[in-house]
Formats: sequence, structure tokens, C-alpha cells
Amino acid sequence: MNKRWGYWLFFAALFLAPFYLTEFRLSLLGKFLCFAIVAVGISLIWGHTGILSLGHGVYFGLGAYCMAMYLKLEASRGHLPDFMEWSGVRELPWFWKPFAHPMVAIAAAIALPTLLAALLSYFTFKNRIQGVYFSLLSQAVVVVFVTLFIGKQEWTGGTNGLTNFSTVFGFSLSSPLTQIVLYWLTAAVLALIFVMTRRLTTGRLGKVLIAIRDAENRVRFLGFNPTVYKVFVYSLSAAFAGVAGALFVLQVGLISPEMMGIIPSIEMVLWAAVGGRHSLMGAIMGAIVMNTAKSFLSENYPDLWLLLLGALFVVVVLFVPKGLAGIYESLAAVRIKEKRGHECEARVDVS
Amino acid sequence: MKPVLMCRDVVVDFDGFRALQGVDLVVYPHEVRFLIGPNGAGKTTLLDVICGRTRATDGRVLFFSHDITQRPEYEIVQIGIARKFQSPSIFPFLTVWENMELAMRQDRRLRSVLRAKLTGEEKEMMAAQLEKIGLLDERHRLAGSLSHGQKQWLEIGMQLIQRPQLLLLDEPIAGMSAAERERTGEWLHEMAEHCAVIIVEHDMDFVRRYSKQVTVMHEGKVLCEGSMDEVQQNERVIDVYLGRGKNACCASGM
Repeated sequence: MNKRWGYWLFFAALFLAPFYLTEFRLSLLGKFLCFAIVAVGISLIWGHTGILSLGHGVYFGLGAYCMAMYLKLEASRGHLPDFMEWSGVRELPWFWKPFAHPMVAIAAAIALPTLLAALLSYFTFKNRIQGVYFSLLSQAVVVVFVTLFIGKQEWTGGTNGLTNFSTVFGFSLSSPLTQIVLYWLTAAVLALIFVMTRRLTTGRLGKVLIAIRDAENRVRFLGFNPTVYKVFVYSLSAAFAGVAGALFVLQVGLISPEMMGIIPSIEMVLWAAVGGRHSLMGAIMGAIVMNTAKSFLSENYPDLWLLLLGALFVVVVLFVPKGLAGIYESLAAVRIKEKRGHECEARVDVS
Repeated sequence: MKPVLMCRDVVVDFDGFRALQGVDLVVYPHEVRFLIGPNGAGKTTLLDVICGRTRATDGRVLFFSHDITQRPEYEIVQIGIARKFQSPSIFPFLTVWENMELAMRQDRRLRSVLRAKLTGEEKEMMAAQLEKIGLLDERHRLAGSLSHGQKQWLEIGMQLIQRPQLLLLDEPIAGMSAAERERTGEWLHEMAEHCAVIIVEHDMDFVRRYSKQVTVMHEGKVLCEGSMDEVQQNERVIDVYLGRGKNACCASGM
């Protein structure tokens, strides 16, 4: 019950943020909440199921690009997007056309990452490729997509990515009110995804996932097909990343291959590691805390950030493998023990 | 009576090494069948073939009327064959209760697991089973924190609640104390009221005490079948065991 109150408080604080944060800080927090959505998915597959994906940048990026294509077309007002003209493209490529409809763009932002993840995970998990081999494979996918997106400059905007948007559904993206609405939307999506994932992980599915994480073979001999379960959660987490990417591009106004590359993909894993990968709320906190630290440090000591990031990873892995959530849990456990201790003493007194 | 399991001329070839060279085995309902034989005779491989862990190169395995020779493990389990491995393989980071919940007979496809909730009836059944194996009071503990013996019992409880029609056991009493062996032996015969059991066992005292039918394997083939007494009189069995006089664990019992 205590925990539930904590969740309510946390989300209430998020929803009220526009009333106590400056416009600049709010836009940062909105961005971090997108990352938190990704972190929930990472916690689901890594903390609960034992799948370490180093490729979630791709799913995030795909979601972001789908949304950005719509925004770009809306900003171009019927003309060719600017970067296409510069690359000498005469006509809008066929696969760009459906993205003129916002609903298609939103659907694609969820469906494309999900499909890609389902395909990749089905063929690897079916052939019982696991652990570090899967992680490497997922990383390779990142390299493929980043190379492709940079190479196909006339279709994707190349290294610069997609930017210079103006409106969404006809509302100006630069207006503070639009940004606040988008922030609320992001917070609501995060809350929804958190509640949904929590229900999944506390139900029987969650137990099957933990069983798969700890002894996949044994699960098979209980009559479950681990492949189906792993493909399901992996695709679900990719869908989360896609949604997060779409919300990210709406608030940040830019997506480029650099943001879906290897370093961001690893950072995503780090958020969950620092926050505590076994805990969904831990992963959310990890994403927010890490990115707050990052923006503070990179504002003040831009050169130090990457070194600190590496050091932090080493420290977490060596000394606090359960992350922030683990620290919180052991503190709570001590408190419960003390309480029980007092109760025992009280009982002894009575007798 | 219709047999539960029929293995017909099962061959397993590991890149040229023929671990099984045409094994026939028939097991009837409520039978407790012991598989014995020297190391490398192919006993565990035979269990692996039956439960789908190893693919037979040739031959057929029939479970009632199902041909299960090429089916994946999880389907074989779903139609009623359970396998217990040598080391206790419970899920350490789930509670005793949760371990039982996963083991319970149920629809194990994703879409029904997504909606699954324990019914009152299921809870009662699980509690009754836990009571039986003496773990009811430990049900909220993480299975990883149980003692070795308790883990063994939890695993047995998980096998029971799975309600298999054929149970495959690989050296179930390895590492058990004398008292635990006795309880396991009694449990075996209790199990046999509900299903057929095939056991690989090296401990000859245990085999003698609890066996009716014994199948002796040697170099990937069935050497002979019969009661322990019959088997011990068999010339070829004596040759195999005594010919390898140093194979102490088996020879000493014979």
C-alpha cells in the first residue's frame, strides 16, 4: 500500500510540473520522460526476462523518424521537404506519401519498431541464440540502420536528420501551450505504460519471465515455449521505444542518426542499470536522474561527461548491481525488520 | 492394457558416435521402470530422446497414440511427459508458491497466461500439495533460500502438480540422506498410482528395494529386462558388470 502511495505521489508531481518548473526545465523533463518510457521497456526485457538489448536506439529512432516525417511534410506545406530539394530529388518518394496523414505516422511509429523487433527476436530466439550473442546482434542492427540513414541522405536527411518543423495538428510547436500539452501527453503515456507493464510483471506472465531469465531450459520442460514469451516482451519493449521516439521528436524538434546510434543505445541500458533494472520505477528514476546529471554536467563540464558515464557504469556494476531501487529496497527492508523487532519485543513484554 | 510409451528401434548418432543403437522400450500405465547399466550405456540419452531434448536419428517414440519423435520439448510436456533433472532445478527468485503456480497443470500459451488468475480451487489444490511435501509454511519464501532437501521436495511437488502421465527421473536420490531416500522411494510408489515412471538410477540398493521391472542397458542397447533377481542371474549382465570390475558404483551392488 505504501508503495502505491509513492507511485501516486510521483505521477502527481509529474503532472503538476508545468506549474512549478520553468519552460526550459519543463522541456528537459519532457525529454527525460520519453527516455523513462524506453527505460520501462528495458527493465521489462533485461531486468525481468534477462534479454540485454544494445539496440533499442533503433526502435526509438524509427518511432521518432516516423513522427518526424509527418512533421516535416506538414512544415513543407505541400512542397518537397527542403533537404530533398538540396539532394536533387524531384518528387516525394512513395514511402513518404502516407506520412502526410498524422494517424498513419503515429501508427507506423509503433508498428515499425514492433515488427522489426519481432522479426529480429523471432529468428534469434527460435534458434536459441541467447545472452551476449543476442546483445551483439542487436548492436549490429544499430550499425546497419545508422549507416543506412546516413547514406540515404535524399530520403532521410542524412547526418543532419529531420528538423525545422513548424506545427502539429495545426498547432504551433513553438508555442508554450503546445509544449505543455505535449508534456502532459508524455507523462500520461509514461503512466499508462508503467501501469500496464506493472500489471504484466506482477501477474503470472511476470513469473514466467523471471523463470525464463533464471532457467530458460527448465521453463521449456514445464511446457512453456520461451521463444513466444521472449518475442512478445521484446517486441513490446520496442513498441514502447517507438512511442517514446515519437513523443521525443514532438518536443525536441529534431531526430538524427546520432540519436539512435550505439552510444544512445548503451545509455538506455545504463538508465535501467543505474535505476535498478529489476524495478520498473527504478528504471524510470534511473532515466530521470541520469539525464538530469548529464544535462547538468554537460552544461558545466562537457568533456568530462563520457568519462563519468563510464565510471558510473563500472561503479554500479561492481558495487550496486541492483541500482537505486536496490538501495531503496534494502533501506526499506531494514526498516521493516526494525519494526518487526519492536513488535516482537512488545509481544514479549505482554507475555 | 495399452502401453503409455513405446520406443521402437531408437537410434541416436552424435556425429558418428552412436549413443543409442536401436533401443526398444515399452512402459505400461502405473509402472515404475528402472533403467540401469554402466556409465555411457545411453540411459540418460534415452530419457533425453523421450522428452525431446535430443532428437532421435532414427526410430520412433510413441506416447499413447501420439508420435512424439520430432516434437519440441514444451509440446511433449503439454501432452503429459514430465522430466526431472539431476540437480534440483527450481526457480530461485520466485517464491515456493509461485514455483508451484508455474508448474500447475494449465494452458501454457501466452494468451491464456496473460489473463491467468488463480481460482479458489487451484489455490486449494496447491496448498494441499504443499502441505503434503511439508512446505506449506514456507510458501512465501524465495525458493532459492530453501535447504537442499527442501528444494528437492519442492521440485517433486512441482512434478506432482503438473499431473504428468509419464514421469522421467534422472538419479533422483543422488546426494540424499538415508531418510530422504526412503521418503523418495515411498513417493515413487505413490506417483505410480497416478502415472508411469521411468528412473535412471545407479544406487543398486535403492533399485532392489523399490523396483519391479528393471531394464539393463549397455553400449546403447537394451541388454535384458526383468525383475532385479532375474536380471542379476543373467549371464550377459554379469559379464558386462564384472568384465568392468572397476566400475565400482554399479558392480558393488550386483
